Amino acid sequence: MESKNLNEIDEQLLSEVSNLENITKGAYNIRKNGKGVERQVTENVNIVTKKDVSGIDIYVKENTKFEFIHIPVIITESGLKDLVYNDFHIGKNANVIIIAGCGIHNDHHKDAEHDGIHRFYLEEGAKVRYIEKHYGEGNGDGKRILNPVTEVYLKAGSSLEMESTQIKGVSSTIRETKGVLEKDTNFVVTEKIMTDGKQYAKTIFDVQLNGENSSTHVTSRSVATGDSKQEFISKIYGNEKCFAHSECDAIIKDNAIVTAVPEITANNVEANLIHEAAIGKIAGEQLIKLMTLGLSEKQAEEEIINGFLR
Amino acid sequence: MILELENICFERDNKKILNNINLQIDLGKFIAITGPNGSGKSTLVKMIMGIEKPDSGKIIFDGKDITNMEINERAKLGISFGFQQPVKFKGITVYDLLKISANKKITKKEACEALAKVGLCAKEYVDREVNGSLSGGELKRIEIATVALRQTKLTIFDEPEAGIDLWSFNNLIDVFQTMSEITKGTTIIISHQEKILEIADEIILMKSGKIKEIGTSEEILNKEIKNKGCCQKRECKI
Ligand SMILES: Nc1ncnc2c1ncn2[C@@H]1O[C@H](COP(=O)(O)OP(=O)(O)OP(=O)(O)O)[C@@H](O)[C@H]1O
Ligand SMILES: [Mg+2]
Repeated sequence: MESKNLNEIDEQLLSEVSNLENITKGAYNIRKNGKGVERQVTENVNIVTKKDVSGIDIYVKENTKFEFIHIPVIITESGLKDLVYNDFHIGKNANVIIIAGCGIHNDHHKDAEHDGIHRFYLEEGAKVRYIEKHYGEGNGDGKRILNPVTEVYLKAGSSLEMESTQIKGVSSTIRETKGVLEKDTNFVVTEKIMTDGKQYAKTIFDVQLNGENSSTHVTSRSVATGDSKQEFISKIYGNEKCFAHSECDAIIKDNAIVTAVPEITANNVEANLIHEAAIGKIAGEQLIKLMTLGLSEKQAEEEIINGFLR
Repeated sequence: MILELENICFERDNKKILNNINLQIDLGKFIAITGPNGSGKSTLVKMIMGIEKPDSGKIIFDGKDITNMEINERAKLGISFGFQQPVKFKGITVYDLLKISANKKITKKEACEALAKVGLCAKEYVDREVNGSLSGGELKRIEIATVALRQTKLTIFDEPEAGIDLWSFNNLIDVFQTMSEITKGTTIIISHQEKILEIADEIILMKSGKIKEIGTSEEILNKEIKNKGCCQKRECKI
């Protein structure tokens, strides 16, 4: 995409967190260093700047079918702390794909931080796929900090599927994801995290299953290497006849530390809640199998981790 | 000679798991290893692949001393190994595994052909993850496909029949035979299957960590197995 507001580093960051070619096909809003720099709306998707706080409201008309909405954020200024509120209002029976993401490039010694608060209000029967990618780069010793908050409110018959990925370069992250589910709703979360060096990542899930036949499936796959530290906290409350499955699967290496704290609470006799958690190093037999196919131990490890986080 | 084992010993928990094994195997042979559970068959072939290292003794492959070589170095020299219990992964697909096995870029079509050879309807499997959602027999066939793709001088299978229904197994025997025709290499199969023992050039019979007998299928089958009570129908007295 061509723009006077974006330089090469910006485009590189953008390409890490979203698909550049696709951006211009639907509605989008690009935010750089705390300000909106590019925007496009469509017949069905309107984007309005908030008046009271920094951020935008995104309105999707009812019955909108298969539109893409891109809202990437890039930060290239060291020392910047950016706080933004993005609210998505999804009309009845609309079906959209939302791609958010934040790329930080920090070449200096001051910290750069982005705290994005994303709230999703889905009307009856709406369907959303929400993809979020986090990426950090730069040679400075300044930290790259991302603290996303996601709140999901599902009205009867609606569903949201969220995929979040943070594979590289983020020094510190605290991710909070909250879901409030009414009748016949489904909330699926898949998270992939990889940390190394001295990085820290914490994930907190809080899901309230308030409606009959509501369901949630939370999957976290993570790899912690070096001296990095990860925490996984999930709290699921079954307040009606509902189903929940949460799964935390972590590979540790070197001196990394991973903590998983599952909490499931059934407040109704018809609530069916399952939690699985597994933390461990790469299974020796997996390495051996790949080595019998000719890979070195290091190559085998890479294949196993790449597959695990795919 | 492609493989030579000299005085291989392996002891754990005061138990002689392999007790001074000496063995010489020629290129192009189809060898079956058989013997009771716990007699050391799997341990012996793991030594050849490098998955276990002997306490003492020497392993010569294709003229080179490989006793202290890592698994992947042996793999590159031309040894392949099919596990008794196939390994499961998370996220790695059948296609991924076959690509690694072939050690070159293979198309999905080629991967599918490799699967079809082991009797899997390829389209349904090629993109699936190699995980616990596959049945035991399916995993075993994929395991065999990964080994067959490598086409090495020495191919080892540890009980390939386990978990595979008898009808399909007869077709798999064709896979082993075609493979050894293509590679002109040596195949070593651990097996309890009469059919495999019958087609083997040589049978190695193991017992309590030792090679008890080596011979042609007629010799061993008649002398050691058929004449002993173990394979005959038990007579029931009411
Ligand atoms: N690392 C080890 N430590 C202790 N004991 C071992 C070890 N490896 C093998 N064994 C023992 O050595 C013996 C031989 O094992 P092995 O797996 O080689 O037998 P096998 O002939 O392949 O048996 P099966 O027909 O059941 O597959 C068994 O008693 C087993 O428990
Ligand atoms: Mg065995």
